[in-house]
Amino acid sequence: MSVVLMPILVLAVAGLLFGLLLAVASKLFKVEGNPLEASIDQLLPQTQCGQCGFPGCKPYAHAVVSGEADVNHCVPGGERVMLQIADLMGVEPKAIEEEPSAPMVAFIREDECIGCTLCIKACPVDAIVGAPKQYHVVIAEDCTGCTLCVEPCPVDCIDMLQTPELLEHWSWPLPGTARAELAHERKYGHA
Amino acid sequence: MAMHSWQRLGAKWLAGLIPLAEAGVHPDDCKVTASLAITDAPLPPLLVLPIRQHIGQACAPIVDAGDTVLRGQKIAKSQGYVSTSIHAPTSGRVVKIEEHAIVHPSGIGMLSIFIEPDGEDRWLEKLPAMADYAQRDPAEIREQIRSCGIAGLGGALFPTFIKLVRDPNHRIETLILNGIECEPWLTCDHRLMVEDAPRIVAGLKILRYLVQAERCVVAIEDNKPDAAAAMREALKQAGCADVEVRLLPTIYPQGSEKQLIETITGRQVPAGKLPLHIGALCENVATTAAIADAVLEGKPLIERVVTLSGDAMPKPANLRVRIGTPVDYLLRQQGLEDLHGVEVMQGGPMMGERLRHLDAPITKGSNGILAMRQQAREPESPCIRCGHCVQVCPVGLMPNELASHCRNDRFEESEAFNLFDCIECGACSYVCPAHIPLVHYFRYGKGQVAAIRRANAFAELSRQRSEAREQRIQREREEKAARRRARSAAKPAPSPVPPKAEQP
Repeated sequence: MSVVLMPILVLAVAGLLFGLLLAVASKLFKVEGNPLEASIDQLLPQTQCGQCGFPGCKPYAHAVVSGEADVNHCVPGGERVMLQIADLMGVEPKAIEEEPSAPMVAFIREDECIGCTLCIKACPVDAIVGAPKQYHVVIAEDCTGCTLCVEPCPVDCIDMLQTPELLEHWSWPLPGTARAELAHERKYGHA
Repeated sequence: MAMHSWQRLGAKWLAGLIPLAEAGVHPDDCKVTASLAITDAPLPPLLVLPIRQHIGQACAPIVDAGDTVLRGQKIAKSQGYVSTSIHAPTSGRVVKIEEHAIVHPSGIGMLSIFIEPDGEDRWLEKLPAMADYAQRDPAEIREQIRSCGIAGLGGALFPTFIKLVRDPNHRIETLILNGIECEPWLTCDHRLMVEDAPRIVAGLKILRYLVQAERCVVAIEDNKPDAAAAMREALKQAGCADVEVRLLPTIYPQGSEKQLIETITGRQVPAGKLPLHIGALCENVATTAAIADAVLEGKPLIERVVTLSGDAMPKPANLRVRIGTPVDYLLRQQGLEDLHGVEVMQGGPMMGERLRHLDAPITKGSNGILAMRQQAREPESPCIRCGHCVQVCPVGLMPNELASHCRNDRFEESEAFNLFDCIECGACSYVCPAHIPLVHYFRYGKGQVAAIRRANAFAELSRQRSEAREQRIQREREEKAARRRARSAAKPAPSPVPPKAEQP
């Protein structure tokens, strides 16, 4: 009888012990949030523009990881970010749907501003300062160019201006040789 | 996609195996102006002075349109530490301050001060001269050099006063005067040494007093024996017998600061470090002469020697030109009217920039203006793995690998192959039999990496701001809820009127 009972008993006790161990470990070494989600969030340009259809960069990263969204929805990130996300997720790259526009910055025409604070509430990075019934102004160097402030403005006094190209930020284009173009085509030209 | 650590290690190790002694190239030196004495260029009808003529922060104009200025008057003052002032090259009237074309590959302009000369060329009272500099505080002399607007005239334009610190942790052992001028066609430093050697030696003595260097070397390439003789003579006259004049074999890019320091001291300036960290100071001969002017006479930097040459230049010359003189004016002076099929560039043919706008002015860094016949460019063909570029690279990089990484936007790999140690001397592009524009690829890569770094830094800032905003909204919501709870606790009887929605 003990020949049958002993192994069952030993296995049961061992199973219980390992189960306890796993339970303790899962409590002790619990990882907050999804690490993959965090690293995708790191790759995103943090404009919080919502052009991907999600209310910010973090929600989009969450959606990509949980499979709700494709890798090619970040408009300001463009090809480069799409390729990096696809690489991280281990999926095939997909063509981006919308070309990123030139970098923009919001500008409030002060003489038309009525001081309603609606744009201040809309700004995802708190880059507009002002108070009720006072002129509002955009802090240009903090503006991500997301255009979220344009729609709420009741008097339509916000313009999106193209940021002037700075001499310090100018960089050489790829050489215009056929081989350079071919390399670029190979890297980014998949449909 | 990412590079393995062993690959990175292999790249570093392989790069270390390349013997540096053979690095460099021997382009035809074409120094047709070597025997032509320096002459004064006439004053143009309008001078254009861009507000940034050095590495670092731009200056702020301190004159307004309509003001009259005198020769040597400060017209823009330096902003921040890495910056140096700009002075009026002649007396006259400030016409306007607006954007104007400069020598830059982008073609983007820069805010410039326009001065119309009055022809009198009247000096402002100069800064106090410091003929007795040896009795003065080095900090005072440095300040004089700073306020005279002196930056490295070899072309790098680093504000000179910054290099002249006495740092107890990094004592300067070797002071090197750079009279190499390894770029083909250029002869401005050569002529300055032949004609103005005593002034250079005076500057050398000031530098030596400032940094207390034990060893001084004047480095000259062996294609300029007359310059070496003039310098030796001047040194003898000035009683500097212990200063060595070294004739070095002619090879490009010997005149690059880090390469010259290695040749003279046998030590390499580590990546990302300054010559100061290995106890060396390297100054161009023209800068040294400008230092002598600044300290001994209180004269700010308002003119420089420019070589006008090239195979399409009718009258090649070495000219002493006021800073701010438009290039097209100089070209007309030298008889170049018809620019059809001619490419004009600033600097030597190896590292110079093609001028996109010929009305761009001469700045502190313009050592030469070359007018070259346009040549058809050979199309780029695939790399044949000859390894010639690897042999000639003076920094010991592998240009072939680097170019392929840059071409395919593999920036992580190109950084692992030390992209940022490239000095863009152009030796690799010069020897490449497949006509690969190697340096152009490296510039592209460097620009892209810098842009990515900037974008990442901005994204990080935006992330912080957006997180701070979320926290604030959360906090406000909690405070509101707490207030509501407190109110309902104070009023135990439920009111029949529903609570009014709070005003935003």
